[in-house]
Amino acid sequence: MDTKKIHSVTAIFDTPDDIIMASQETVKAGYTKFDTNTPYPVHGIEKAMNIGTSYLGYFTLFLGLSGAAFAFAFIYWVAAIDYPLIIGGKPFFSWPAFIPVTFEVTVLSAAVGTVGVLIAGLFKFPNNSHTLHDTDYMKKVSSDKFGVCIVSIDPMFDEAKAKSFLQGIGGKDIETIYEPERKTINAFEPKFIMGLILIALLTAGATYFALNKLVFMQPFTWMAEQNKLVPQSKNVMFGDGYGMRTPVEGTVARGFTPYEFKGMSDSAVKNLSNPLPVSKQVLAKGKEKFDSYCSPCHGYYGKGDSRMNGQFPNPPSLHSDKVTNWADGNIYHVIVNGQNVMPSYAKQLSKDERWSIIRYIRVLQRSQNAKDSDVEGK
Amino acid sequence: MSTIDYTQELPTVEGKPSAQSIDDVISKPLDTKPGNLWKILITITSLMLLVGGGALGWTFYKGIGVWGNNNPVGWGFDIVNFVFWVGIGHAGTLISAVLFLLRQRWRTGIARFAEAMTIFAVMCAGIFPAIHTGRAWLDGYLFPYPNANNIWVNFTSPLLWDVFAVSTYFTVSAIFWYVGLMPDFATLRDRTTNTLKKNIYSILSLGWRHSSRHWQHYEKAYMILAGFATPLVLSVHTIVSFDFAVSVIPGWHTTIFPPYFVAGAVFSGFAMVQNVLIFVRQAFNLKHIITIGHLEKMNQVMLLVGTMVGYAYAMEFFVAWYSGNQFETFTFINRALGPYAWAYWTMVSCNVIFPQLFWIKKIRTTILPMFILGVVVNIGMWFERFVIIVTSLSRDYLPSSWGMYTPTIYDLGILMFSFGLFFTNVLLFVRALPAVSIAEVKAVVDGAQPSHKGGHH
Repeated sequence: MDTKKIHSVTAIFDTPDDIIMASQETVKAGYTKFDTNTPYPVHGIEKAMNIGTSYLGYFTLFLGLSGAAFAFAFIYWVAAIDYPLIIGGKPFFSWPAFIPVTFEVTVLSAAVGTVGVLIAGLFKFPNNSHTLHDTDYMKKVSSDKFGVCIVSIDPMFDEAKAKSFLQGIGGKDIETIYEPERKTINAFEPKFIMGLILIALLTAGATYFALNKLVFMQPFTWMAEQNKLVPQSKNVMFGDGYGMRTPVEGTVARGFTPYEFKGMSDSAVKNLSNPLPVSKQVLAKGKEKFDSYCSPCHGYYGKGDSRMNGQFPNPPSLHSDKVTNWADGNIYHVIVNGQNVMPSYAKQLSKDERWSIIRYIRVLQRSQNAKDSDVEGK
Repeated sequence: MSTIDYTQELPTVEGKPSAQSIDDVISKPLDTKPGNLWKILITITSLMLLVGGGALGWTFYKGIGVWGNNNPVGWGFDIVNFVFWVGIGHAGTLISAVLFLLRQRWRTGIARFAEAMTIFAVMCAGIFPAIHTGRAWLDGYLFPYPNANNIWVNFTSPLLWDVFAVSTYFTVSAIFWYVGLMPDFATLRDRTTNTLKKNIYSILSLGWRHSSRHWQHYEKAYMILAGFATPLVLSVHTIVSFDFAVSVIPGWHTTIFPPYFVAGAVFSGFAMVQNVLIFVRQAFNLKHIITIGHLEKMNQVMLLVGTMVGYAYAMEFFVAWYSGNQFETFTFINRALGPYAWAYWTMVSCNVIFPQLFWIKKIRTTILPMFILGVVVNIGMWFERFVIIVTSLSRDYLPSSWGMYTPTIYDLGILMFSFGLFFTNVLLFVRALPAVSIAEVKAVVDGAQPSHKGGHH
């Protein structure tokens, strides 16, 4: 016991009058590092203990004024400088409308700040490891007794003298309170570090989930599922249950002209002439459509060398004598009607697109079988 | 006693109980198992919470289209309930802060409870503006913060003032409440024998030691907080009334709204606190701490503010006539004689006529009649908000765009949810925390303060 460090010497008093008297006597005896503990604030004890009045109000004044200044300046900056909007025809700096928020921020910063200063600054809380906790002394003053506690850091502290002094002024239950042995906790304890990492991961994961996943789920957003007509899907709006509509019977598509040589022989179409001129635009269009619709079988150069080559039947080359000698009308006829396994392209290609393709085929036929005379300067 | 000595103040706490017995009485609900009455009550309130929560969940899932409000009545139960609950909250701050500054010692027994009710009521109130935006999960946009869209909130809008007023009110009420609870947590910590409870109370007490050097700052802080809460409570309902008064709807655009709303708020709040206190003092045997005298004083306050509310009703009619504005005149005639006349006369009879019974001392001091009148006042105050919001919106300038408002079952469900939340919180509060301030009550018992004879000198 003797090796333990003494924290303080305490004594209990029964009435508020006694504790006022005890405080005055303790001050008179010359002790400065002492405290009284009472279950409720006893009026006049600060005078008896000679500790002056609380200076907390100055913090409040400062915090409140800072809050007010910040709020007003911030609203001014937002409303008049950074994001000026005309509202109700009022000037941007319409200060009377700034008052409510300024007032609320003043109260908020002053009140929260005062309590913050009080608890963390003046009380140095949270402090559940203070030596006085869990002593009989604390249990008594917490309920109905009044206590004096002379702390060992007082310059004139002496255990025996302090005890006899407290006895002399009528204190009861006088006891010495020792500092408990304190365990130190290492901040680099692996368990602690792992715990921190776990908390960090959980927080980060939850935040990511909430902000990047959750808000895009139903019912937070209904973007994925909307009550609208979608092709290829069921819809209860129409009697047949289809979302997609079919055109009325006999509907003629825009720009569509019926093909008058349907089902006729080659000789009938031989005299059709290509209505399009040989121009850059026509050839470009022809190449675009040829590459989309013809090249999958006939190949990009019309040689029948696409990936379909080798599978029965081989797609024919467009450079054969037959095709080279065909009139444009014959090729047109094949595009519209199809031939052997080649289907009709009437639906995919408009009239002009078909003629453009024919112009392009002619370009291919000449460029792929070029003669020396085609090269300039020979 | 035939004669009362008026030079002697009546004791705030009856019977001069010892400090230890105050501890025992106040912490009894915390130390004992709940009785059957409490179990039945919490079953009812949590059922309300659950069933009402279904309505709330459906609103979240389907959107606010399931409510009854639509053009022209764009504000329905959502805003009616919001204003109603914020109003209920005002009594708590008034009792704990305004009466503290006015040195009304009788507030001691009821202040903690009233503060708790403030916090719960503001929580209930907060639900409604949060969900009436349609997507409550995006409500963060209500607060000004530097965002990727580079836009700011409109600081000159009453709706934004509301955001600041209600959130400040909640925060300040909560810390005011917590500061008051801190010494009581320390007392509970030191008297409990249960390790778990001791740990919880230790954490909550933050290590409070009842030190006089702390009490001195503590009392100052309490005074400062009361000083801030007083203008704050007046500002909150003033700003709520701006939501209406700043608009140009007939029946809303009037300067009487701020004081009229504040008086109404105190009125309904006192009625609610009185109702719940009657239950608590009965159930937890606190009749000598929450005395009939306290309840009588609350009834007197209700009589005063109820009469002020009645004056405001009359003055609205007078101004409607005196202004000569045909729309304003029509709105008020429509309120009293139009399709919502039943709501208007419910409001007038509940708020102005019945509370006049409080002039009779017998009614002021008898439990049953005062309880019934408290309920009546709350019904009346709910209808006041209904009348203000719905009648003005349903018939404004253009007769071609008039329309009636009917709430749906989901509106009623969410109202029930808010009542369930409030009373569940109240019931949990009385069993989990000291419903009366232990330290404050000890300090006002006769003989608790020094006799000013200066000890032995």
